[in-house]
Amino acid sequence: MKFIYQTWWKVLAVVLIFYTLIAGFLIGVPRLPILHETIRNTYFHVPMWIAMFTVFTISVIYSIKYLQTGKEEYDLLAVECANTGLFFFVIGLVTGMLWAKYAWGAYWSNDPKQNSAAIAFLLYCAYMVLRNSIDEEQKRGKISAIYNIFAFPIMVVLIMVLPRLTDSLHPGNGGNPAFGKLDLDNRMRIVLYPAFIAWSLMSVWIATIRYRIRLIEYKKNSID
Amino acid sequence: MKRSLFLVLTLLLNFVTAFAQPGSDVEMADKLRVSGMIYVVVITVAIVFIGLAVYLFSIDRRLKKIEKDN
Repeated sequence: MKFIYQTWWKVLAVVLIFYTLIAGFLIGVPRLPILHETIRNTYFHVPMWIAMFTVFTISVIYSIKYLQTGKEEYDLLAVECANTGLFFFVIGLVTGMLWAKYAWGAYWSNDPKQNSAAIAFLLYCAYMVLRNSIDEEQKRGKISAIYNIFAFPIMVVLIMVLPRLTDSLHPGNGGNPAFGKLDLDNRMRIVLYPAFIAWSLMSVWIATIRYRIRLIEYKKNSID
Repeated sequence: MKRSLFLVLTLLLNFVTAFAQPGSDVEMADKLRVSGMIYVVVITVAIVFIGLAVYLFSIDRRLKKIEKDN
């Protein structure tokens, strides 16, 4: 847990995002019809989802750790990671909707990817509702940890697996790996992969700040 | 930490290669880039992000102080 108080990875996150902001606009991209310059959205829309997956994964890890040890801190970290994940979830959905308006013709076209992402969002909203409806500390921790462990794989299936089994407008679905070998060339990779790392670190940073605030609140409440 | 940083950077350098450019008939913001106007946007975005980053670091520092007092 010493890691969250260190500075070097926060600096790394800022430097890498800064690089993707500059390089993402100035480095060349493949010339594709329909997409035009909006292909650069890849640098900013997709990392939101990667960041979300990162904090949700950490959340599950600490939910499991909480069930093993019963340490209240782990429970707090799991919740704050899920909170931060929801934030990036919303940003990912909204940026996706904006892009869909110009690439697919409508903000929401009931695409399998969009619909299952919306269901997964509700799944995590239910986690928050469930958590906040239980007053007793240990009960709340245990029930929400178990719910979290079940919600995570369902969320992954909803977002990553199910849309790929049917036809979808979204790249990478319905046997259409659009942003694969053809469209995503190496000029894009040198921006996209650092963006994945950078935004993941950024989401972890925000989650740890929230966790540290919550820890102080928790300690204050237990003294009173 | 230094070694992992170096590793990340060298791994990322793997993707730097030269390219041919197909599909030059597709409309892109070439003129914008030639006239130099895109740099204005890039600088604006950069300033916004630097501001946010400084703000985040200051929040982090304030939190550290509070944690010390507790």
